[in-house]
Amino acid sequence: MSDDGQEHSHKPGFFARWFMSTNHKDIGTLYIIFSIFAGLIGGLFSMIMRMELQEPGVQLLVDSAGNPDGQLWNMFITAHGLIMVFFVVMPGLIGGFGNWFVPLMIGAPDMAFPRLNNISFWLIVPAFLLLLLSALIGAEVLSPEFWANVDATGVKIGDFFGVGAGTGWTVYPPLSGSAYGHDGMAVDMAIFSLHLAGASSILGAANFITTIFNMRAPGMTLHKMPLFVWSMLITSFLLVLSLPVLGGAITMLLTDRNFGTSFFNPEGGGDPILYQHLFWFFGHPEVYIMILPAFGIMSHIISTFSQRPIFGYLGMAYAMISIGVVGFVVWAHHMYTVGMSVDTRAYFTAATLIIAVPTGIKIFSWIATMWGGSIRFTTPMLWAIGFIFLFTVGGVTGVVLANGGMDVALHDTYYVVAHFHYVLSLGAVFALFAGFYYWIGKMSGRLCPEWMGKLHFWLTFIGVNTVFFPQHFLGLGGMPRRIIDYPDAFEGWNMVSSYGAYLTGIATIWFIFVVFYTLFFGKKASGNYWDVQPQCYTLEWSLSSPPPFHQFEIQPKVK
Amino acid sequence: MKKHVFFAVFAAFLGLVSVVAAPAFAGAPVDWALGMQPAASSSADRIQDFHDMLMIIITAITIFVTLLLIFVVVRYNRHVNKVPSKVTHNVLLEVIWTVIPIVILIIIAVPSFKVLYKNDRVTSPEMTLKITGYQWYWGYEYPDNDGISFDSRMVADEDIEGDQKRLLSTDNVVVLPVETDIAILVTANDVIHAWAIPAFGVKIDAVPMRTNETWFRIDRPGVYYGQCSEICGKDHSYMPIEIHAVTKEEFKAWTERAKLEFSSNDAVIGDVKLSALAN
Repeated sequence: MSDDGQEHSHKPGFFARWFMSTNHKDIGTLYIIFSIFAGLIGGLFSMIMRMELQEPGVQLLVDSAGNPDGQLWNMFITAHGLIMVFFVVMPGLIGGFGNWFVPLMIGAPDMAFPRLNNISFWLIVPAFLLLLLSALIGAEVLSPEFWANVDATGVKIGDFFGVGAGTGWTVYPPLSGSAYGHDGMAVDMAIFSLHLAGASSILGAANFITTIFNMRAPGMTLHKMPLFVWSMLITSFLLVLSLPVLGGAITMLLTDRNFGTSFFNPEGGGDPILYQHLFWFFGHPEVYIMILPAFGIMSHIISTFSQRPIFGYLGMAYAMISIGVVGFVVWAHHMYTVGMSVDTRAYFTAATLIIAVPTGIKIFSWIATMWGGSIRFTTPMLWAIGFIFLFTVGGVTGVVLANGGMDVALHDTYYVVAHFHYVLSLGAVFALFAGFYYWIGKMSGRLCPEWMGKLHFWLTFIGVNTVFFPQHFLGLGGMPRRIIDYPDAFEGWNMVSSYGAYLTGIATIWFIFVVFYTLFFGKKASGNYWDVQPQCYTLEWSLSSPPPFHQFEIQPKVK
Repeated sequence: MKKHVFFAVFAAFLGLVSVVAAPAFAGAPVDWALGMQPAASSSADRIQDFHDMLMIIITAITIFVTLLLIFVVVRYNRHVNKVPSKVTHNVLLEVIWTVIPIVILIIIAVPSFKVLYKNDRVTSPEMTLKITGYQWYWGYEYPDNDGISFDSRMVADEDIEGDQKRLLSTDNVVVLPVETDIAILVTANDVIHAWAIPAFGVKIDAVPMRTNETWFRIDRPGVYYGQCSEICGKDHSYMPIEIHAVTKEEFKAWTERAKLEFSSNDAVIGDVKLSALAN
């Protein structure tokens, strides 16, 4: 390490480097590792759920007496939702790729507040632990008596979990209150988990906003900023504006549960619907928080491999801004059946339909970028094309659900499950994989073999479609969400859906193999290993792979 | 049924349909169904007509986008098109792909509002049914019929007999007349539940300390099923709704019987064998 220029890197020792990091790239790496790890846990929950739903009747999730354990089921769906939203997609797209590539793309040496960045990451770890531990409070396996009698009773899956938070990821009172089955600590721990994750995201968002506004290279005006940076800027504003509302709502829930207040408690004059309004005032921007960074990543990949600048750059940037703005005034479309006045529902129908316009602009601009291009079908490009198709399917079912009159038939059915998995599980997660394959060479300095990534893509693409497309049929047929057992007529499509889940599970195991293979045996990557053309260039390609520990010691200039 | 045709096209086009069975008439889910349960109320008719229209539009959009993708993949891959275009924008094109979606959305919005407003309320209902959600069963009251009231619980798996359906049949069924504007008032006693009958196009949350109102008019006699549609605790999967729709005369006869059988509000009567009336 003496003559290759690395002596100026000031890399600290292992502990200081990874546990006290102030380096945006190292923190980004930590976020990505965290996201993959949490994704495996969240994915494990979904595998167990699909195994349970493969056949009618309850086979897997039974209590010690052998009866169906509905609470355990509710805890699983809740944990799956919260983990995937707060501990996989957000840390992966925002904390991971955002941290890594926002400074690189704007020509900055690091984030504006490096130590704040460190805190953001280390808040999300205890947040995740709190959520996992909430499931274990009161578990049978933790008591000595259980092990004393274990020969007589045998060990069931339910013995490993306590009451848990079986509320759905929305944590609606009064079910999440202390009076109706959630009197233990589990929901309080889940609330604290969301507090920490929320604080982490707010701090991260403040960091991004400051970085993007103040640390762009000379010449990089807002209208020349890469679209991924645009997406992170808008996402950060959504986070800063929406998360405090969630924080307030769950804090009120916490005091309702523990200190005798009645914000949402009907017996005390409170209003459970108020909670839903507050939750979805956060919850709807949240879905755009998850998908906007995905839009940003897709724009770069499609531009790079079509070898054309993105078509309609300004339209793309302002489409994201309008999605962000309109996203704040559509929240009650999640609540069409709660009993709002019909005029209110009419307003939310109209506002929600409007979002389809900027989303359509994005889809058509991506296709127009490919039109006339000279397309290279690399692994990231396959994920990007898959993303466009799946996001379109998820988008058009969103237009169906947007209609208040129509939604009455579909609300809280599997149609909704299919819809949001098409835009998130197959949209945001496809962006995670696309970004991973696009940038893994830059981040690790090693190239992933193309065939490995492509195999992963095809397994996943076929798998997730087999999981989620039949769920449209189940939802139209009337199968409600969040049920552990279903009427026998729903068996067929549930079986197909479960088989798809197993294929997706195999694809995920393959992905883990690909990650390790790439990190240990991948070929060395050059600085611009995708041969990104000048018309699609962003500043990260001007650096070595991996970039130096501190980059841009000489400030780059943008023409 | 038009919508089944569209669904078949949509699904076949994605190569995902392996088995397609035409659903027979039923107020319950059927095997391998692709679409909604047959409509049995004016509300469900409106919803399904609207859904048929939406299916045409979204299928067309999806096919259009897919064809575009296939075209660019075939025509503009680097072996076919070696020199990428340098065009960065085209104002006319961008205006077009902004305006056309707006037009499509307006075409959707007009019938959408009609469905929304017509299905919302009926001004002068001919009868009222009051529904209360409990953990984990439903309570029913007939205020216009001498206050008949009873609770309705799921028939446990081991007690299923005859043509009862697992997870859908209840011990006391709700009997309602056809061709009648029925208002429902829905509330809950503990947590939020949701009362839903897919064949009627009805779903409404049961919220404690609030009373929600909607309505339906059943077209034809039959047995209709629904399930709780808002997570409400450990037995959320086990609080179904079973409705027997009968003619007005049969309904009147039933009310006379039910007054006696449910004379004590909280009495649990065994199997009342109402299916005989329904048929």
